[in-house]
Amino acid sequence: MTLVIAALVIWAAAWALNVRLAARGQGLLVPLIFGLTIIVVWQLLVRGLGVDKVILPAPTEVAVTFWENLPILWADFVQTILKGALGGYIMGVIAALVVAVLVDRYGFLQRGLMPIANFMAALPIVGVAPIMVMWFGFDWQSKAAVVVIMVFFPMLVNTVAGLADTTAMQRDLMRTYGASYLQTLFRLRLPAALPFIFNGLKIAATLSLVGAIVAEFFGSPTVGLGFRINASLGQLSLDMVWAVIVVAALAGSLFYGLLTLAERALTFWHPSQRSQRH
Amino acid sequence: MKGSVGPVLAILAVLVAVWYAAAVPMNVKEVLTQAERDGAVIEPGSAAERRDVGRWALVFSNVENLGATWSSERSRLPAPHQVVAELWKSTWVEETTGRRGIVRSGSLSNRSLVYHGGVTLGATALGFVIGALAGVLLAVGIVYSRVMDMSVMPWAIISQTIPIVALAPMIIVVLYSIGLPGLFAKAVISAYLSFFPVVVGMVKGLRAPDHMQLDLMRTYSASKSDTFWKLRLPASVPYLFASLKIGIAASLVGAIVGELPVQRGGLGARMLGGSYYGQTEQIWAALFVAALMAAFLVWFIGWLERRTLRAMGVQA
Amino acid sequence: MKCVTARSLDLTFQTNDGPVHALKDVNLEIGKGEFVSFIGPSGCGKTTFLRCIAGLEQPTGGEISVNGMTPDAARKARAYGYVFQAAGLYPWRTIGGNIKLPLEIMGFSKAEQNARVTRVLELVDLAGFEKKFPWQLSGGMQQRASIARALAFDADILLMDEPFGALDEIVRDHLNEQLLALWARTEKTIGFVTHSIPEAVYLSTKIVVMSPRPGRITDVIDSPLPKERPLDIRDSPEFIEIAHRVRDGLRAGHIDE
Repeated sequence: MTLVIAALVIWAAAWALNVRLAARGQGLLVPLIFGLTIIVVWQLLVRGLGVDKVILPAPTEVAVTFWENLPILWADFVQTILKGALGGYIMGVIAALVVAVLVDRYGFLQRGLMPIANFMAALPIVGVAPIMVMWFGFDWQSKAAVVVIMVFFPMLVNTVAGLADTTAMQRDLMRTYGASYLQTLFRLRLPAALPFIFNGLKIAATLSLVGAIVAEFFGSPTVGLGFRINASLGQLSLDMVWAVIVVAALAGSLFYGLLTLAERALTFWHPSQRSQRH
Repeated sequence: MKGSVGPVLAILAVLVAVWYAAAVPMNVKEVLTQAERDGAVIEPGSAAERRDVGRWALVFSNVENLGATWSSERSRLPAPHQVVAELWKSTWVEETTGRRGIVRSGSLSNRSLVYHGGVTLGATALGFVIGALAGVLLAVGIVYSRVMDMSVMPWAIISQTIPIVALAPMIIVVLYSIGLPGLFAKAVISAYLSFFPVVVGMVKGLRAPDHMQLDLMRTYSASKSDTFWKLRLPASVPYLFASLKIGIAASLVGAIVGELPVQRGGLGARMLGGSYYGQTEQIWAALFVAALMAAFLVWFIGWLERRTLRAMGVQA
Repeated sequence: MKCVTARSLDLTFQTNDGPVHALKDVNLEIGKGEFVSFIGPSGCGKTTFLRCIAGLEQPTGGEISVNGMTPDAARKARAYGYVFQAAGLYPWRTIGGNIKLPLEIMGFSKAEQNARVTRVLELVDLAGFEKKFPWQLSGGMQQRASIARALAFDADILLMDEPFGALDEIVRDHLNEQLLALWARTEKTIGFVTHSIPEAVYLSTKIVVMSPRPGRITDVIDSPLPKERPLDIRDSPEFIEIAHRVRDGLRAGHIDE
């Protein structure tokens, strides 16, 4: 009981502290304290109320499991994230970029393919996972195939919108130089499309992890994040499930963070990036 | 998008043609094995030898025995008409003539996609409504409370970058084990998948009014609630609907994934079942129903958006 | 030798509200080294005519030739540089990179590109800004950079479509002065679209007054002002007289309606 009361006290104290800090504009500290408070309160409540380990393990248990199983989790990370998600991501993104340039070039494809692509981008494409597992086997190839299809459409839609995002004046300027199609593509359309392309890359990054993990629920070798979740649930070792989720969260944030860095480096000129740097 | 009907139909025709063409090499091995059993002469002569031969080579060396690639019972890639037939069989035929169908038994058959689609749709809708409402409420809190903004908003944004759907099986299993009904467990997953996009979109929308518009409200000495109801909320509507479309699509994915760990009906269960027993047509049919459902749900939100905007006097 | 010759030029746009006569029976000759201004209310076809010279619009009737060629051929022979209403510099390229853009497309060598960038930046008084990005410069400096971009490949003709329209009066006066100095130094032929009477009179050797519906030329005024023009020439009686004539021309176009 004391632990529960302690949890409530800590929650109230941290919130009061955050109110103070927020008023002073401490940008990074406030969310960190908030996140930390949740973990501490979670720990105290689980311990104080004696919550069963198979319902909700305490953060310390998750941390210990994470630490003790690092080699297993690393192998799962390599299998699901590096092979399945990243492999499919690269293939899907390249395919979408190529098709986007073709769509931009040929009005027929623009009118014929884009309504279909917009439609497909909203569908629960992860449902093709069982079919891909049947076609490409249990290993990472089938996961990469799911990821290719999942990232293709949002990437295509964003890139096509970006390639169209030039003003009549910019296009006229290239005409006054007698520029060829390829010169206009590489010197005007692709640079102008970069902010949109990065938007697509970021959406696709999260989707690729979702696709690779969920596809493993439909069949996998005995390694991989999705497999580990299923197997650990079967053994009711929820601390392991949470450890896997930590890996997935870290992978997602890392992937997204790297893309954000690349975006800052390549689209530093765009108003949305300039305003952030003051 | 006027003038795109012709090109869309042309592209769709090409896709169907590619599908039919792909069905031949995809199904050739199984079909040839069956044909051999029925006494046809196949080149090369045994399944073991054929395993090492490319699919296209098999197609060209056995042109006269390919008939069944578009009608095989156990195909790796069923032809489009087989999927349509399966769809028809597992909806209309099952319900009207099946022993467990609604006509004979008075309740939807648990072998029909109408029933399984309904199970998924219910969880999606319930979860979406919960998630969207909670998202809007949190967004209002974030816009009006600096502490909430600084504490919660960074985590809401980070949550968009991680595959939270990985939590789904655990939530299902835990909620089942403490005795909550399956519909509710799936709805929880749908809710949290639609929650974060709605929070982020709605915060953006509530902050859409610029300084001039806010200053104008201040010159009227408008109260906080006046500013909210007369300026911020109307300004947020386009953002809200954009994020609702993303949210409902995510809700559907959540419901389908939520049906995987505990096989008690729903489209996800049909897909996984089809995958266990090699029933490709069943997977494809379930996939098509899921696609139609997603299309309908997004269209429905779009319809609401158009009606709302028209009621607000915006030329949509 | 005439730089631009237009004979009974017509251009009709087909719109949902019926045909729009952007240009009707336009006849004009521009000699080498002239500074020609096109002035008139919006819809009079002055920009359209400039775009016809540049080959950006296709006339529906009549003839137009640039340096004795069709506008399309002249464009491919790099006969002119075009300056738009907005600077239109690419934000992802530096000022130097923007000026190199046409040079890259036209296949100049790297060394030649660098030499030309340095030279034209000096011409427009922007030496030292080569490595800056457009959004780090003021509007007037951006427009000067876009003029440098049009000068970089040494076209004989400079076509300018209200290049200073978006700038404030003081910056505009300054740029007008600089443009005259540039014109004197480079001896280019300049076609200049404006809707400011003082700007047209101050800059031009020839002022073409146009009026709308249909777009046509109502007056062509040869300026008696000397080539050397300090800013205060705008207070001289000759200047005011020409300005009067332009204003009368513009008014006559309106009374026609």
